[in-house]
Order: sequence, then structure tokens, then C-alpha cells
Amino acid sequence: MHPITTVHYLALSAALLLIGTVGVLTRRNIVIILMSIELILNAVNINLITFSRIWHNMDGQIFAIFVITDAVAEAAVGLGILIALFRNKETVLADEIDLLKW
Amino acid sequence: MSQFYTSTDHFTIIPAVMLALFGCAILLFDFLIFPDPRQRKYLLIFVALAEGFTGFALYRQTEWLMVNGQTSLTGFGGSVTVDGFGIFFNWIFVIAALIVSVVSYRYLEISGEHHGEYYGLILFAQSGMYFLATGTDLITLFIGLELMALTFYVMVGFLRTDKRSNEAAMKYLLLGAFSSGFLVYGFSLMYGMAGSTKLAAVAEAIRERPLWDPVVFLALATTSVGLLFKISAAPFHMWAPDAYEGAPTTVTAYLAVASKAASIAFLLRIFMGPFLSAKEVWEPILSVVAVLTMTVGNLAAINQTNIKRLLAYSSISHAGYMLLGLVAGNETGLKGIAVYVMVYTFMNLGAFLVVVALRRQNIIGEDLDDIAGLMQKSPGYAVLMLIFLLSLAGIPPTAGFLGKYYIFLALIQTGHFTLAVVATLYVAVAIYYYFKIVRSMFARESTEKAPLATSAGLRLALGVSGVLTLAIGLYPEPFLRMAQTSLLR
Repeated sequence: MHPITTVHYLALSAALLLIGTVGVLTRRNIVIILMSIELILNAVNINLITFSRIWHNMDGQIFAIFVITDAVAEAAVGLGILIALFRNKETVLADEIDLLKW
Repeated sequence: MSQFYTSTDHFTIIPAVMLALFGCAILLFDFLIFPDPRQRKYLLIFVALAEGFTGFALYRQTEWLMVNGQTSLTGFGGSVTVDGFGIFFNWIFVIAALIVSVVSYRYLEISGEHHGEYYGLILFAQSGMYFLATGTDLITLFIGLELMALTFYVMVGFLRTDKRSNEAAMKYLLLGAFSSGFLVYGFSLMYGMAGSTKLAAVAEAIRERPLWDPVVFLALATTSVGLLFKISAAPFHMWAPDAYEGAPTTVTAYLAVASKAASIAFLLRIFMGPFLSAKEVWEPILSVVAVLTMTVGNLAAINQTNIKRLLAYSSISHAGYMLLGLVAGNETGLKGIAVYVMVYTFMNLGAFLVVVALRRQNIIGEDLDDIAGLMQKSPGYAVLMLIFLLSLAGIPPTAGFLGKYYIFLALIQTGHFTLAVVATLYVAVAIYYYFKIVRSMFARESTEKAPLATSAGLRLALGVSGVLTLAIGLYPEPFLRMAQTSLLR
């Protein structure tokens, strides 16, 4: 059995960042894009907690709490705007909001 | 750390506290004492008071630095640093917030969305900007950035029933949240290298590593994505034209001026702080980004028929010029950025204020056709717009020339001759598209007879912007001295 080391945590975090990025760039549904952004922020949280454990200080964990708070606020504002958009346009697909271009 | 919260700590954050408290007061009083929508413009008194207190606090901070003969005052164990740099940028935010607030009520009344929380949001965004300019800790900077960005998402989508406003807010939020995700990933790596979130400790950790260390490079790359997005540099600029066009014009003015100034301050804090020892790595990258930004901004502006969109692309190209100051990186370059930001504030606010006046009942007033014949209809506005456009193009008697002058001077001093030549060539392109607006104003006939939507606040704000745009160009010494103070850190 191999113990779980720092590298494993960082690899998980990098994988989440990658999945989130691919999600934002390829998905059409705005709700799923918002979820992908949450994945990116969670990748950050894993990073922060890992480093916090290596360095034996709390800064990283405090930072992670702030990041979680920010993620919640962002989701709240994002869904609020999405509801306003849906009322006027009846769509949640990113490629159908195309009034503004060039 | 003997004491948890000292009076020095309090002194370093008092402007942001004031802004946040007055923002909350506005949310409360909007319900309690101004039930009639027509009275809502009296909420401006709160904004004026908040800015008054903020200005006074900034003045006291400057005084403290002078009396004690120090260049900076740190609070919260080094999380917040009040220095000439922070104070300089905060004066710009104060001016921008005041000007935007006084011109807003008429515009929002015409759009049918005059709500009290608008003024609260302006103050909340400004308190975020305070921490972007004075923060020296990763957490402080991140929270400042998000406080500013989240309020701007709401303000861009403030016209709830307007599809374009909804769409602009949605695009801005998705791309903004995406980019700040990358930014904070870079921050987590910086914390990982240093074991502390203080910028000074991070700088120390990066200095000890080799120049092309992969972790430093990854942190630099991800952080740069977020920072360059915020100042709307190419290739992360695509949100700017959409957000600028869809947002209420008053918000566009605030977004273009205050948000960009705050992001530039943030960028300087990071690149002249932790990443300073890796300058050899980021200098070529930023040169490419700056040239790309000027190219995209200037060339895409040529074909625009919407004035707000045209000014958005012009503001992208201005971001490119400011980046050039950072590429030069010497004292002249940094002073050049400060001068440029100050000049840009007044001329860009002024240009957007004229567009604000074009919004009338049933006339959206954002097209080049809508500004046609402005010279016959309201010569005063046309002449002021001409001054702002001359300044944006950087033609000598106006302030815009001064900003570009210092940037070019810094580039030549540090031997970046190619960049200087390219930047100068793009000034010629810029003159072409700014004069599309001028030609429309002076040479064409007006398509409608409706008078401009003016108000006392708008006339005052336009007057101040116009006078300062000319004054900085004609008598620059006091303004240059102010910019000089931003180097004291």
C-alpha cells in the first residue's frame, strides 16, 4: 500500500482545475458552466488545505473559508442574473445569448 | 501579535469601513425615509457624505505619513499597507464614484430602474477597490477583488427588463468568475511556496527560487490570466465590449474608469511585489500582450457603429499603453502609469457622460447616428466631446498627450525602441476612429429633434471633467507632483 502524499493532493487539484476549465469552455448550459467554475474554486481549496498541512499554519485554511464564501456569493449572483435573463429570453444556453457581438 | 485590533489597524482601513457603512445606510434608508421614487436622488447626500469622510480619512493618512516622515503604514500584521501609491489610486476612485453618482439619477429615471441600492452598490464596489489599492496580503487582495467584481456584475445587469443588460451581466459574470478562479489558483500556489499569505513573504520565497522554476512560472501564468482579464488586455478582452455595451451607460463609465484603475493598482501590487524578481520571465510575455492588446483594441474599434462599443475597444487599447509602462518598469514608467490612469479617468468619464446625455425617452442614443448633428443641437456638449476625444487620441494641448508622453519616454529610456514605434503607429489608427465620432457630430445633420437629457449633476460633472482634461494638459506640474507621490512605497 502506498500512503497518500502531497503529490496526490496536488494532482487531484490539478485534475479538478482541468476538468473545470474544459467544462467552462465546452458546455452550453449556463448552470453547468457555473458548476464548472465551482470545480475550479474547489481545486483551489484542495491546494490551500494541502499547503496549510505542509507548512503547519492556518493561513491556508482561513483562505479556503474565504474562497468558499466567495464561491457561494458568486453562485448567488450568477443564478440571480440567470433568472433575470431567463425571464426575458427563455433560454439557459450560452450559445443562444447572442445579442451583443462585435 | 500582542493586541488583536489596534487603533493603527483601524486607521489603515477606515475609508473602506466608511464606504461599507454608508452603503448599508443607503440600503436601509432607501426603504425607511424615501418611499417615493422621485425622492431617491436625495440618497446622493449619503454618497457625498461617504466620499467626504473617505476623502478626509485619506487626507489624514497622507498627513500621518508626512508628519512621521514614513513612506508607508501597515496594519493587521502587514495585510494592509497605506502608502502614497494606495492613497493616489483611492483619490481616483473617490472622484470617479462621485462623478458617476451625480450623473446617474436622470439616466436611471429614463430607463425606469432608479433604485436606491444603485448608490449602495457604487460604495460597496469602492470599498473593494480600497483593498485592491492598499492590500498587501493574498486574502485581502482576493476579497477586495471579489467585492468589486460581484457588485459590478449586479450593476452591469441593473436594467432588469433589458435583454442586452441581462446578457452583458451574464457574460461578464461567467468570464469574470472563470478568470478569478485562475487568479486564486495562482494565489494558492504562491501560498504554497511561501507558507504565508503576506506579499512580502511570497516575494522572499520567489526570490530564493531559480528564475525558470516551474512552480513560479505556473503561479505567474495563472495569476496573470486573472489580472489581465480584469484590465481587459488581449486575449482576455472579449467581455469588455459586451459588458460596456449592455450595461447602463453610467455603470459603463464607472466600470471603464474605476474598475480599470483598481485593477491596474492590483496588477502593479502583484508584478512590482512578489513577481518583481521574475521580471526577466514576465517582461517579454507582457510586451507581447501589450502589443496584442493595442492591435485588437485599435483595429476592432475602426468598424464600430455603437459609441459605447467603440469606446470599449478604445479602453482596451488604453490598457495596452498602461501595460507598456509596466514593461519599461523603471521610475518613469511607473509614474507614467499613474499619470495615464489619472488622465484616463477624466477623459474617459467625460466621453461616457456625453453618451449618458444622449439617452432620452424612447431613444437609446448609443449609435453614431444618434450623435449626428450634435454641434447644431448642443454646441457645448459637442465641443466638450471634441476635447475628450482629442485627449483620448493623445493630441498635445490636452491631458491625453501627457499620459502617452511618459509611457513613450520610459520605453525609450529602457531601450524598447520597437515597442515605442508600434505604440506611436497605433496612435495614428486611434485618431482615425475617434474622428469618426467627430465627423458625425460636426458634419452630419441630426436625425431627430429631441433635446439632450441633461441635469444639474451631469452639467457639473461634465464641466469638471472638461476643465481637468484641459488643465492637466496645459498646466501639468501639480498633477505630476501628485503622480510622483504614488511612487513612495
